[in-house]
Amino acid sequence: MKLLRKLAEKLMESLLTLSGAVTTAAVVLIFAYLFREGLGVFSESPVESRVVLAVHGSNPVKQLNADVIRKMYDGQITNWKEAGGSDVEVVPFYQSDITKYFSDSALGPEFANLPQCIGQLIDSMPGIIAAFDTSYTPAKFAGHYVQTDQVSLISFLSGRNWYPTAKPAAQYGALPLLLGSLWVCIAAILIALPLGLAAAIYISEIAQPRVRRILKPMVELLAGIPSVVYGFFGLMVVVPAIQRIFNLEVGETGLAGSVLLAIMALPAIISVSEDALRSTPREMKEASLALGATQWQTIWRVVLPWSSSGIAAAAVLGIGRAVGETMAVLMVTGNAAVIPHSLLEPVRTLPATIAGELGEAAQGGTHSKALFALGCLLFLITLTFNLLVEYLVIRRRRAAGL
Amino acid sequence: MNLHTENKSNQPVSPEKQVKISASQVNLHYGNFHALKGINMKIPEKTVTALIGPSGCGKTTFLRLFNRLNDLIPEVRITGEMFIDGEDIYSKNADVDQLRKNVGMVFQKPNPFPKSIYENVAYGLRVNGITEKGYIADHVEYALKRAFLWDEVKDKLRQSAWKLSGGQQQRLCIARALAIEPSVLLMDEPASALDPVSAARIEELIYSLKDQYTILFVTHNMQQAGRVSDYTAFFYGGELIETGFTKAIFTNPQNPKTQNYLTGRFGQ
Amino acid sequence: MNAPAKQVQLSELFKAASARKRRQQRIAFALLRGLTVIVALLLLIIVGYITVKGLPSLSWEFLTGSPKNGMTEGGIFPAIVGTLCLAAGSMIFAFPVGVMAGIYLSEYVSNGPIKQFIRIMTNNLAGVPSVVFGLFGMSLFVNGLDFGSSILAGSLTLAIMVLPVIIRTTEEALKAVDPSHRMASYALGASRWQTTRRVVLPQAMPGILTGFVLAVGRVSGETAPILFTAAAYFLTRLPESIFDQVMALPYHLYVLATSGTDIEKSQPAAFGTAMVLILLVLMMNLLTSLLRNRLNRKAGIK
Repeated sequence: MKLLRKLAEKLMESLLTLSGAVTTAAVVLIFAYLFREGLGVFSESPVESRVVLAVHGSNPVKQLNADVIRKMYDGQITNWKEAGGSDVEVVPFYQSDITKYFSDSALGPEFANLPQCIGQLIDSMPGIIAAFDTSYTPAKFAGHYVQTDQVSLISFLSGRNWYPTAKPAAQYGALPLLLGSLWVCIAAILIALPLGLAAAIYISEIAQPRVRRILKPMVELLAGIPSVVYGFFGLMVVVPAIQRIFNLEVGETGLAGSVLLAIMALPAIISVSEDALRSTPREMKEASLALGATQWQTIWRVVLPWSSSGIAAAAVLGIGRAVGETMAVLMVTGNAAVIPHSLLEPVRTLPATIAGELGEAAQGGTHSKALFALGCLLFLITLTFNLLVEYLVIRRRRAAGL
Repeated sequence: MNLHTENKSNQPVSPEKQVKISASQVNLHYGNFHALKGINMKIPEKTVTALIGPSGCGKTTFLRLFNRLNDLIPEVRITGEMFIDGEDIYSKNADVDQLRKNVGMVFQKPNPFPKSIYENVAYGLRVNGITEKGYIADHVEYALKRAFLWDEVKDKLRQSAWKLSGGQQQRLCIARALAIEPSVLLMDEPASALDPVSAARIEELIYSLKDQYTILFVTHNMQQAGRVSDYTAFFYGGELIETGFTKAIFTNPQNPKTQNYLTGRFGQ
Repeated sequence: MNAPAKQVQLSELFKAASARKRRQQRIAFALLRGLTVIVALLLLIIVGYITVKGLPSLSWEFLTGSPKNGMTEGGIFPAIVGTLCLAAGSMIFAFPVGVMAGIYLSEYVSNGPIKQFIRIMTNNLAGVPSVVFGLFGMSLFVNGLDFGSSILAGSLTLAIMVLPVIIRTTEEALKAVDPSHRMASYALGASRWQTTRRVVLPQAMPGILTGFVLAVGRVSGETAPILFTAAAYFLTRLPESIFDQVMALPYHLYVLATSGTDIEKSQPAAFGTAMVLILLVLMMNLLTSLLRNRLNRKAGIK
């Protein structure tokens, strides 16, 4: 009987210990799964799977990067000179264009002659760049294949173009998304920090208990509203308002995202800075008041300096939350994957890109892996912010001698 | 029991000293709790008065009335009148900041700001609109000298005040209060958090300050009250039981409650 | 020891500064009050706007019917059921584990590096963006464990996301229990688990339930984690097993607002859905404050 009890006790203890480890396990698992998929993108070719690129035999170009390929197919590069070749006009060719060059009869029944036709075409046009499925590879042609640069960490982080569905070669440059996130979040925190800090000061230092009892639940409510509801409100109210005020063609802008993110970051900022302000010892405030300082002077000269690192933690936490916020931003920022020049243009953030595109990306494909890589980036950014908050909070505890 | 019915008790208004502070029929309610009950008291200028009594008797609450620090606590209700230099400090048009400049306070635990030694002492001047550097420097030096601290810190004025020892910190807090030249000093158990040696220095300091200031201090320590104060007021259960010359109270208490307290029959 | 020479001036200087100080304070306080009013107004405007526009859409048919005519008419019953399934599913996983982790942190592990580490990890987990949970859930549950896009996969994803909320509130609730009660129990020879179960847990129950309610509220409102793990664009039938996809209220609102068949026409339904979500949040907040009041009364705090 006693043994049984001891056993149960031990069992319970190990069960609890196991539960204690669960968050750590979760973080590690998230890290592992995210990076397993995300790092996969770096050994991939940006060209669609099972598609190859070929050029005329006289063309000296052996290697092209995704940016040049896209520009050739978009008509932005029209001469091979610009790509390191000889002075020949570029003729972009995609296998579906074949009907422009050959009649149905020449292609034969069920496109049986397609490979030969492609081969003929390549050999007959010195400026051609041809993209075709490997299964249609001509048995014999005088041209050669063109290699494409793999997606690299550097091109991923510094690439200025995010064209994940461009054909035949996609581009995965995360810079516009990174900058989009950055812009929107910085603007959001610039709006939210003064508001949030003011509200925190008012609630903790100035408001009557009666007023405080009304304000606190309101802040909690603000924290509880789901982000889609914010997004919906933004779409219905904020976006049209911005469109009208700034006289824009579309109201879906970075600013709309910033405004919503600011509102959504408020509760976190208010509650963390309020905690920080409250941690100011009463004796400090009384000492200041007893010297004839006004309440405001006491707040400004004693309370704020005392809680500065806590307030910094609140700001960082707010940014961290804003960086990761997805739905509301996805709904109101217009999602143009270009490097933003002002907040009045559509922008696209990291999380919005993931949420918006993962549904369309083929599972296990390069695009999906690139989105996971964005997820890794996002995870690392928010992790950094979180650790910074931890550091600030611990430092504050130490300083307060707790 | 009523202490300013002049002849009956050893009422301490000596003819050569003017009344600096007086309280009449002061009541304080904290929510439903009647914390101070009809206090009447007169304190002559440039004297040291010790407020004694068991924990929770209202002596600290009473002390904090003189610079209106109790105003900050919600649900506090105060009735009655209190005068400093003949001015009603609780009248509608009284200037609380002005009052607090005139009434310095030293707290139980040393509570220097997390600033330099110099800035701690300069704080009161700065918040009261003094900006002239030389003027501030003069006052800081004067206050630190008055608080017997100057020699110990004159070479490290820019150092954090938190690096000082507990006793030094408390003397710094006294200097901080002196820098804006108050005429009244309130001290809430100023030596209770300190070691005996530091406590003795604070006592010495209090004694030396009465040439210029009217000092009220709260203490648990009977010997301390006996050594330092001219007058003693004994509080019990929110009432002022007895007040008079310290020597008289200690040797010949009129009220049995005072007697019981002094002989240790109920807890400190 | 003489006071500095300009002593006379000091009180004069003070007087001069006094009015300026008070004016400063008046301006500063007015500013702070104004900014706080803006914050409060923001909430009132958002809730008010949704209520005014959404309340007319609410009806018995709306709450119990299926979407019709390209989601421009009909109701949101499948989405309500879906959200309930996901909330229940995630709580089945997250609540017991979260509470046990909270017990471990508060009762079993002493202050030190281990506790610090677990706390930092819990905070990190809380800070992981919701869309990253979606990616993770898709990678592990949908594809890795082959649950497909389903209630199970979505619930597990949401469960991991909401763990920190439950752990923190549980730990707070347990820490608030008077330590002397534990000592009394140990003194009577009770073991640690007995003390926890019979003395500590009952007292902390309202606090722990607050965490439960908070977690349910959080889970019901999240979209990004279920986007790729559970949510269906449109379904007429209700789920039959945990391997079925479901509609969910927040995702339904997203669909109605951005990618429905006719966004103009589905607006009333969108407002109605937003209203239901707001009502849900209000209900949860009411519940938590009721629980807190009960907790405070028990503790004898006014």
